[in-house]
Amino acid sequence: MSEAATAPAPAPAVSLFNVPGMHCAGCIARIERGLRDMPGVLDARVNFTSKRVRVSHREEVDGDSIRAAIRKTGFSAEPFVGESDPAAMLESRRLVRALAVAGFASMNVMLLSVSVWSGADGAMRQLFHFLSGLIALPAVAYAGRPFFTSAWGALRQGRTNMDVPISVGVLMACAISVYETAVDGPNAYFDGAVTLLFFLLAGRFLDSVMRARSHDAISALMRQAGNGAAVILPDGSHVWHRGDQLMPDMLMLVAAGDRLAADGIVESGSSSLDRALITGESRPEPVSVGSRVLAGTINLDGPLTVRIEAVGDDTVIADIARLIEAAGQSKSRYVRVADRAARLYAPAVHGLALLALVGWLLAGAGWHQSILIAVAVLIITCPCALGLAVPVSQVVAAGALMRSGILVKDGSAIERLAEADLVLFDKTGTLTLGRPVPLGPLPLAGDEKAAALALALASRHPLSRALARALEAEGVAPAEVSELAEEPGLGVSGMIGRTPARLGRPAWVGLRVAESGDPDSLVTAFRMDGRPARALAFSDSIRPGAAEAMGLLREAGLPARILSGDRPGAVEAIAGTLGLEALGGLGPGDKVAAIRHLADQGGKVLMVGDGLNDGPALTAAHVSMAPSSASDVGQSAADLLFLGDSLLPVAKAVIAARRTMRIVRQNFALAIAYNILAVPLALMGLVTPLVAALAMSGSSILVVANALRLRSAAR
Amino acid sequence: MTGLAFLIPCALLLGLAGLGAFFWALRSGQFEDLDGAALRILLDDDEEGAGDGGDDREPGARP
Repeated sequence: MSEAATAPAPAPAVSLFNVPGMHCAGCIARIERGLRDMPGVLDARVNFTSKRVRVSHREEVDGDSIRAAIRKTGFSAEPFVGESDPAAMLESRRLVRALAVAGFASMNVMLLSVSVWSGADGAMRQLFHFLSGLIALPAVAYAGRPFFTSAWGALRQGRTNMDVPISVGVLMACAISVYETAVDGPNAYFDGAVTLLFFLLAGRFLDSVMRARSHDAISALMRQAGNGAAVILPDGSHVWHRGDQLMPDMLMLVAAGDRLAADGIVESGSSSLDRALITGESRPEPVSVGSRVLAGTINLDGPLTVRIEAVGDDTVIADIARLIEAAGQSKSRYVRVADRAARLYAPAVHGLALLALVGWLLAGAGWHQSILIAVAVLIITCPCALGLAVPVSQVVAAGALMRSGILVKDGSAIERLAEADLVLFDKTGTLTLGRPVPLGPLPLAGDEKAAALALALASRHPLSRALARALEAEGVAPAEVSELAEEPGLGVSGMIGRTPARLGRPAWVGLRVAESGDPDSLVTAFRMDGRPARALAFSDSIRPGAAEAMGLLREAGLPARILSGDRPGAVEAIAGTLGLEALGGLGPGDKVAAIRHLADQGGKVLMVGDGLNDGPALTAAHVSMAPSSASDVGQSAADLLFLGDSLLPVAKAVIAARRTMRIVRQNFALAIAYNILAVPLALMGLVTPLVAALAMSGSSILVVANALRLRSAAR
Repeated sequence: MTGLAFLIPCALLLGLAGLGAFFWALRSGQFEDLDGAALRILLDDDEEGAGDGGDDREPGARP
């Protein structure tokens, strides 16, 4: 308490939301104005490029109410977690500055070089070489730092990497050019050195844009446990305890609407719990005295007294966090395509340059000429095209995917997605929408709809929300309502004008429903006085585009299966509809075990899931996708996110990833073919600065042009 | 020949000015939201009471 009192004005909290629906200037204005009008919101700024809105607000305003405010402006919004890593952002900034300097220097040096190539000689040539050096040396010192530091770091540990030949090549080229300028020789490579840096930095920059953002699923997870609870002391009084002060055997009081902060057993009271966070199950689960309840679930209906059994690290939610952590460790061993190529390439380049030097020395060419040729070999073989081949393709493909609603969160995700040979789907929330939608048209008259909406908006129960969403989608405006009251566990009542109305449990509303045989449908009821009660049935429905997506995946040679934590009966119903194999009743650990088993047989699994219970499986799989409606944990653990309700993006992403890797392989082939042509020329000592500049630019442009064909990859 | 003594520094200075302008633009966040900036020009700021500075500063003004 005292901390809060002494602190200066509290720093505003910042929340990010994905708003995939925005598409015009009007949308930006509507969202920003709608949010700025909301009390407690300090500022709202839409980033149209990433389809995100950044809201800074006071601490007491929670994410749900901001989301509701965005919904009121007519857009669906999902909280965005895993804000891009600030370290990666700084790295990109540093590289783009180095790129700008290298670009400036290479253009100006090239201008002077062209004059030399077109016949300037004598004092004029020396002057131009001198000016080139004056521009190039500071530029190399600034723009070359990313390569020099990395090469130095590798050398100090006795290793070599791609940056070693680059650094040696650039430094040697500069040194020999300074010497040439001093003795008025014809071969200054200043242009080669800075152009090389320019192309390499372009590749490096694009790569850093795609770099992995932190998969911080675990901190996202621990935010989900309630942050404290009111504890009942032996003398009957209540004291608020923070999450880390709770101990087993304490009695905690959980009001309706609160998130549980610890695992335990219900001592008194009955209610229902929203367990979506843990199991991904949308259906509220009824609990009464003696039931086990878990941290992270939300108490929906009435107050509960819970005897705490496990807190902090012992809760089920912490178990899941540990599973995610363990699964993540095995995944970091993936070596990206470009790095694999570099491992083979670097020693070859060193070898060739050394060979040229020794060969020409033995042939009696003298130190000066031999070094000149060795430098030419280093510059020619420097992996410009190779360094651009992968990042350009991936950036272009990620842009194309983004335009069709798929966000690539991890740099190597596209590579891994292209390798996938089996798809596993979670059921609830992934194959299905994960939220109840009305079964068939709602049996309500026009004015009843307005009244039902008014009552539904007053409650946070999942079915009320579903009803409100459905009615709002029909364009119904809520009626004026007074004397609103929510009866815990029963429903909402209120006066519409002079008529009392009720929305809630069928029996409370006055409707006798037979215990329906279908356990997957949920029934609520609505009644206005003087009219018959209406039964409103809901169920979780399959995502649109699911069947089509399965067809496309089958065509691509990817068998799909369902891996669900739900009852086997419920799973089989959906499996039958979509024609998939299915496994039901799996816990988070079982899913990971299933994936491990497949991986041991050489399978590369694409896991598509959304819930917290899928977190470990998403992390353990070779590559993973989640819908943007997924839990925080699902979103942070997955490599790719798809926006919107349709399941089609899953198939689209796989096809686009495969096409991207095809282009990457073509680019590698182009780069290698270029080397096979140019290296013998360099070894023979035929490469002048002019030839080097042309060859280098030519191959890089070819590779970039080829990658640009991916712009339509995700159609 | 004396033309060169004038033209080369001229070219370099212009190039450096461009580089400086790019650094400034990068620092002030002009590249944060390229598609959004293209659309924001269409917004009417009248309702919000355009009191704080010129409208043309809007897109990049935030730190």
